[in-house]
Amino acid sequence: MPKYTKPPSHLQEILKWNGWGYSDTRFLFNKKGQAEFTGKRYRLSGMIIPALQNWFEGTFGASVQHKSPAMPILTSSAVQPPTLNEAFVDELKSTGIPCSHDAEDRVFRGHGHCLHEVFALREGKVGRVPDIVVWPNCHNDVVKIVELACKHNVCLIPYGGGTSVSSALECPPEETRCIVSLDTSQMNRILWIDEKNLTAHVEAGIVGQELERLLNESGYCTGHEPDSMEFSSLGGWVATRASGMKKNIYGNIEDLVVHVKMVTPQGVIEKGCQCPRMSTGPDIHHFIMGSEGTLGVVTEVTMKIRPMPEYQKYGSVVFPNFEQGVACLREVAKQRCAPASIRLMDNEQFKFGHALKPQVSSIFTSFLDGLKKFYITKFKGFDPDRLCVATLLFEGDREKVLQHEKQVYDIAAKFGGLAAGEDNGQRGYMLTFVIAYLRDLGMDYYVIGESFETSVPWDRVLDICRNVKARIIQECKDKGVQFSPLSTCRVTQTYDAGACVYFYFAFNYRGLSDPVHVYEQVEHAAREEILANGGSLSHHHGVGKLRKEWMRETISDVGMGMLKSVKNYVDPKNIFGNRNLI
Amino acid sequence: GKTRALDPMLKKRDDFEDILEERRNSSDLKYALRCYTPVLYKGVTPCTSSMLKSMVLQSDQLHYVINQVSKETGKATDDIKEEASAILEEMAQCLQLSTVRFFAFTLSKAFKTLFRSICVNEDGIQRLQQAIQEHPVVLLPSHRSYMDFLLMSYILYTYDVALPVIAAGMDFMGMKFVGEMLRMSGAFFIRRSFGGDKLYWALFSEYVKTMLKNGFAPVEFFLEGTRSRTSKSLTPKLGLLNIVMDPFLKGEVFDVNVVPVSISYERVLEETLYARELLGIPKPKESTSGLFKARKILSEDYGSIHVYFGQPVSVRSLAQGKVNRCQFNLVPRHIPRRPSEDIASFVNDSAYRLVRAQEENMVLKPWVLVASLLLQYHHQNQAAGQKRGIALGELTAQAVWLRDLSRQYGAFLHWPDHIPPSEVVSSSLTLHRGLVRICEDKVQLAVEQGFSVAPEEELLSQAVILLSCASYRNQALHVFVRPALLALAIHTASSNQKQEVFNSFSFLRNMFSNEFILCPGATVQDFEEACYLLVKTGALQFTQQEVLVTERGHRTLAFLSTMLDPFLQGYQVVCRFLCEEATETLTEKQFIPAVRKFIKKLLLAGRLRYMEVLSSDLQKNSLAALLRLGAVRKMKGTPE
Repeated sequence: MPKYTKPPSHLQEILKWNGWGYSDTRFLFNKKGQAEFTGKRYRLSGMIIPALQNWFEGTFGASVQHKSPAMPILTSSAVQPPTLNEAFVDELKSTGIPCSHDAEDRVFRGHGHCLHEVFALREGKVGRVPDIVVWPNCHNDVVKIVELACKHNVCLIPYGGGTSVSSALECPPEETRCIVSLDTSQMNRILWIDEKNLTAHVEAGIVGQELERLLNESGYCTGHEPDSMEFSSLGGWVATRASGMKKNIYGNIEDLVVHVKMVTPQGVIEKGCQCPRMSTGPDIHHFIMGSEGTLGVVTEVTMKIRPMPEYQKYGSVVFPNFEQGVACLREVAKQRCAPASIRLMDNEQFKFGHALKPQVSSIFTSFLDGLKKFYITKFKGFDPDRLCVATLLFEGDREKVLQHEKQVYDIAAKFGGLAAGEDNGQRGYMLTFVIAYLRDLGMDYYVIGESFETSVPWDRVLDICRNVKARIIQECKDKGVQFSPLSTCRVTQTYDAGACVYFYFAFNYRGLSDPVHVYEQVEHAAREEILANGGSLSHHHGVGKLRKEWMRETISDVGMGMLKSVKNYVDPKNIFGNRNLI
Repeated sequence: GKTRALDPMLKKRDDFEDILEERRNSSDLKYALRCYTPVLYKGVTPCTSSMLKSMVLQSDQLHYVINQVSKETGKATDDIKEEASAILEEMAQCLQLSTVRFFAFTLSKAFKTLFRSICVNEDGIQRLQQAIQEHPVVLLPSHRSYMDFLLMSYILYTYDVALPVIAAGMDFMGMKFVGEMLRMSGAFFIRRSFGGDKLYWALFSEYVKTMLKNGFAPVEFFLEGTRSRTSKSLTPKLGLLNIVMDPFLKGEVFDVNVVPVSISYERVLEETLYARELLGIPKPKESTSGLFKARKILSEDYGSIHVYFGQPVSVRSLAQGKVNRCQFNLVPRHIPRRPSEDIASFVNDSAYRLVRAQEENMVLKPWVLVASLLLQYHHQNQAAGQKRGIALGELTAQAVWLRDLSRQYGAFLHWPDHIPPSEVVSSSLTLHRGLVRICEDKVQLAVEQGFSVAPEEELLSQAVILLSCASYRNQALHVFVRPALLALAIHTASSNQKQEVFNSFSFLRNMFSNEFILCPGATVQDFEEACYLLVKTGALQFTQQEVLVTERGHRTLAFLSTMLDPFLQGYQVVCRFLCEEATETLTEKQFIPAVRKFIKKLLLAGRLRYMEVLSSDLQKNSLAALLRLGAVRKMKGTPE
């Protein structure tokens, strides 16, 4: 047997192999039937969530008595033995770059977090996974690996944080070559910080929270906070055109990137300077950003950085209905005064958010809560079944934040919006990080679900929200789902010309013989509905293999031809053979 | 599989309830004043008629069109806005419950004297209730009488269903008082033609869409555009259907439910009025006093009415796979655009499907069969020079034969099976005594001969009877038209070869597609359906290559092809006219009077068998067909 060396730091060891996030952190219903969030990592950790069970059972028709537990451990017999290209492996080993063909390592990198991927893992089913995992330590390691891959004709699949929700990490089943997962996690250093230009040069394997932590030590931040930032990597953001929660201040990834280095089968692609803007033909960064690992591996990125904000303030506004809420967001966008983040949840999500309130320690807080609820639903005549809530995050220097806050609340008031406190806002953002754990809880009790996103012009926001939610409900009914599904949405980003909308959808699959297939059919129909309503194929999740079938109509025949010709030039042997995008 | 889908015997239909029964047993006043609380479209916010108007005037669509018109005409936008507001004032309904209650009371009185019963399928009402809650609803009743929309609102009021807003022709507005009353009962008025008027079109379509999208009320209109004077369904008009489908296609609503409604009158109030109109005998202008003169109508027996609310049709499911809704992604949706080709053909196909759905649920009374038989008998006798009529017994026997045949073809026939057939036939004859004469147990059409001095007058008065009778026969045409076209095709084909027969069928079907409701592009399906029915009933046999008429099939085929004879002769005579008389170019206006004169001459000379060819409907349809087929050309502007 060849000897492999594994890298020293290994996030894999503290993460679940068949679900979201840290192994020590999960939702569960305890013996009293109360929901609990375990661990110590989050604000909600260690707390009891009294209303969740009721909400869960009521919304899905599920019961805490009916469990559908996951397989506890991976049986290595479920994993096919690796197809190894011996010549490649021998040369790779001679370079000293760590690698492994352990079943666990391979399985861990053979999936993202689409429902069907996680569902299969929970059932202990494993399809085609990478044959070998390799951990380069720096740009030069990557150059070597790519050269060897070309020489021996093996397939390379770059792997960052593994948070893909587009089937991008799935190994193409038709791939007969040896598949090498190129894990960038060891390339996680900040190489330099340039305070004159406010840039940082960073290795692409760094994970979001680590990047922020390290920059914070020097008093800086990137401000790029995608919901997956605990686990997703800088290289992944570049490869998928990621978007962060606070893009209103800091911009999306395409606004943040100053320079990118990518290793391709044709060699290294990068610009010759670090200039803020250039008129030198089509921007080559735009061939790289969104290439989804089909052209090469991003190894190093120069990113804009900002001094850490002096002051942060959360906030929330309750609107009598979703229409008013959207009208307010539109006005905020029109006046270009959006706070760092502004999100609008629909009524179902508002209720869901309420169900996730932890048990309160003091009677006083709950009394206040009750008063607030009374005030909103009775006094103002808000219908609890129609009202919706916007969560806000302001950032900057204190005075400006307060001024900004007033401006936004004044606009909200014109649309019937009522300030509903900092707590509600903060809880809303905290939920962003725990919501992915909730899907695992659902799956323990016959409930499966997923979220998906789109972007859409302002004039179609309301229509797309209504129609996609209704389509989900109708498709579930038509496909024999026995219980009415949760079908809800929120507007998560505003732009001059439109908004980003997120849909959440989940249902109780008891009584269905092939729930994942039903789920996929419904999601497919929902995407068709999105496109028919003028929405985009994706705002930031990317295309992967999950949404490939719609690429041609999305970018036209010529557009497809352009992308393909780039691929043919850069990677004629399809070394980067994950078959995403085109 | 396939045959099951074709088999009309398997059509399931609901039972009827007579809503007049309760009216006869309880107070009309109480009924008119009772609590009326219809269920509305989910999440609808209450909205008054005046709010509706301002929503329309403030819509993006209107802004766009007003600016456009201003640029084109140089008029100030404020002036155009005022104009728009005035048009909307003229158009808009102002539904008021008090008026509805007034109608509920008066119509109860009138209906009870006019009709024996008004039968409604309650299951259909329940489906409608459900549909109204889920999605915006469009009601599409058939149109045979002025009564139709009052009747619709009356029924919906009775069942506590949301009252519709109804698209009505401007001609009603001629009747001042009545027009306003109708407006207050939910009618909104549209000009008959407004071809190039952008502002009018924008106002009108936006007004309809606003009511629909907000779930203000179900929108009701007549797919056929106008009352059918012949009792045949008319080729659907697409304007309003386009408008009501638009919000779905543009994603402004999740779905729209379209509910075809079939209203069948045992005796149409306008029976002879229609016949006279078709013959070009001047009609009294629609005026309030005219309507009240119709008081004498109140003393007559008009039998029963059947109203069948069909299965709600989801526009979303109709459009599935036929329309690419992404086509609206690249231009703001409020900018008016001509419908694309796929949408135009989708709306057209849907319109035909919906008219057929109306036809399928039209209730046929025994008289429809009797009238068909009497007409055929009349023409055969006349050709043979006999004037004696048919014995009641024989008529009954034939009617029973036709009853069984039409049932096999899937007709929605209301023939009371518990009553002896002879009584069924007799009571039909009694109800329609104006059209038939019974003399010494012999039945014949009430066509008087030799009483009038002026032969032309006599011709016209006979034609009134014949056209009235034909209008009843026409009620059954949708049941027989496909097998009848096949019968005629077999008759005219040069051989019995299948392909020959199909070609001949296809030619005839194409020829008559302005005359009958034949869905565009469905030649093969229609042929298959016709073959299936005739084979199933033992009238035809198919060998590898040939189509053979069986021994017993001759009677059926003769009946069927004779049914289409008047139409065939009508088209022939129009062709003859165009060849022989219309040597110079003819204006559209001149056409009907000229062809009518030509036909009268031939009829008086005894050279034509069917007086029906005098029907202007037939003449217009044949001209339209010839235009479509390229046999006749239409030129714009004045000739010479």
